[in-house]
Amino acid sequence: MVFEKIVEIIGEQLGIDDMSEVTMNTSLIKDLEADSLDAVEIIMAIEDEFGVEIPDDEAEKFKNIGDIVKYVEAKK
Amino acid sequence: MNRRVVITGIGSITPIGNTVEEYWNSLLSGVSGIDYITKFDTSDYPTRIAAEVKGFNPEEHIDKKEARKMDRFTQFAVAASLMAMKDAGLKIEDIVAEKFGVILGSGIGGIETLENQHQRLMEKGVKRISPFFIPMMISNIGAGHVSMCLGAKGPNTTIVTACASSTNAIGEAYRVIKGGSADVMITGGMEASITPLSIAGFCSMKAMSTHNEAPKKASRPFDLNRDGFVMGEGSGILMLEELDHALKRGAKIYAEVVGYGMSADAYHITAPSPEGEGAARSMELALSDADIPYQSIDYINAHGTSTPYNDKFETMAIKSVFKEHAKDISISSTKSMTGHLLGAAGGIEAIACVLAIKEDVIPPTINLENPDPECDLDYTANKAKKREVNYALSNSLGFGGHNATIIIKKYR
Repeated sequence: MVFEKIVEIIGEQLGIDDMSEVTMNTSLIKDLEADSLDAVEIIMAIEDEFGVEIPDDEAEKFKNIGDIVKYVEAKK
Repeated sequence: MNRRVVITGIGSITPIGNTVEEYWNSLLSGVSGIDYITKFDTSDYPTRIAAEVKGFNPEEHIDKKEARKMDRFTQFAVAASLMAMKDAGLKIEDIVAEKFGVILGSGIGGIETLENQHQRLMEKGVKRISPFFIPMMISNIGAGHVSMCLGAKGPNTTIVTACASSTNAIGEAYRVIKGGSADVMITGGMEASITPLSIAGFCSMKAMSTHNEAPKKASRPFDLNRDGFVMGEGSGILMLEELDHALKRGAKIYAEVVGYGMSADAYHITAPSPEGEGAARSMELALSDADIPYQSIDYINAHGTSTPYNDKFETMAIKSVFKEHAKDISISSTKSMTGHLLGAAGGIEAIACVLAIKEDVIPPTINLENPDPECDLDYTANKAKKREVNYALSNSLGFGGHNATIIIKKYR
């Protein structure tokens, strides 16, 4: 559920319609070509959606979508 | 070496058509693009009308991901620039990228983005401001995005002189090519300022028409019952090219840019100087740059905003420059149809001049039903007129007392 919602947010923020091949191992920057500004906006949208706060130093450690999902599930 | 500068491509997004062809047909048939504002609730506003661009879908022109990071003013500019590039039949592979530049004008920049983000700041706080806020809002980002979309690595800047912006931009781009720093330039301007804060600001100045009961009659330059300008939005883009560069690749040549002048009123923040003294000097400088006698001018696309002051003083300025020839010039204010695109006005009006020259026809000033006795020249009232046009002059006059004029010539 958290995974699906996060994938939806990322697709929306990056303007990608087909997110069907995205997995927990997908990297925002390497695979989806997000830049540092996109990453900031995506984290902000995820914070709003789940009512969590993701400090910058935590966000910088995320290597793939799975890391974001795990963080959100732990804080929710 | 005397480098000549020709126009080889045009593109536009306007309130009376989202292609050059539609825009030009609307101009010739006297179509008004003005209607009630649909973008926000105007119940509290003294002015409830504007000339909005209709049915513009940025994704028809720009990748969805990129379009999301652009304010509307940038989307207009990128769309119109791609049209001009296509019209010119140019591909980046055919040009030296370092000799291909961009100079655009915008009076206001990304004010819609500014307003949205300010609202977020008030409602949600500092941490909710988008990282794209600044790079969407700054006025130069239009020229930045156009350079990225087209691969233009040459001279690149943005002119901000209110309603004179894009005429200044075209003049500066012409100089860049003449001076040898570039062979090809994308130029013109863009604006998207039909927003709650911006309209409120212009209302507060009492600069805008309040003819809310009849939107299509509201912009009436040189008419006795004119009561202010009507805001428009959009973009007008021209591709300028050094003549030999254009000839070598067998380009279609629309017309030639031959003169540019600019001046300052040094008088008042918003009111034009009495008798249009500053505007007159701008026109004189353009004539002298073109090295032609004033009797050569056949058509003037006037600034003609439909404000009481502008139209009267611009008329006086034209009379002072053109003397006995003034009454023989065909003048028109296409703002009667498009509304006033502020920093983009000079771009779409230069295109009107180019097509007037190409097709030997003068677009009309509509709604000129009861001419102001103080505006007593030939404004091409209400109907387009066939006439040979060898030289056209376009004026743009901006808040701050900025005056800019370009002269375009039939290519021979």
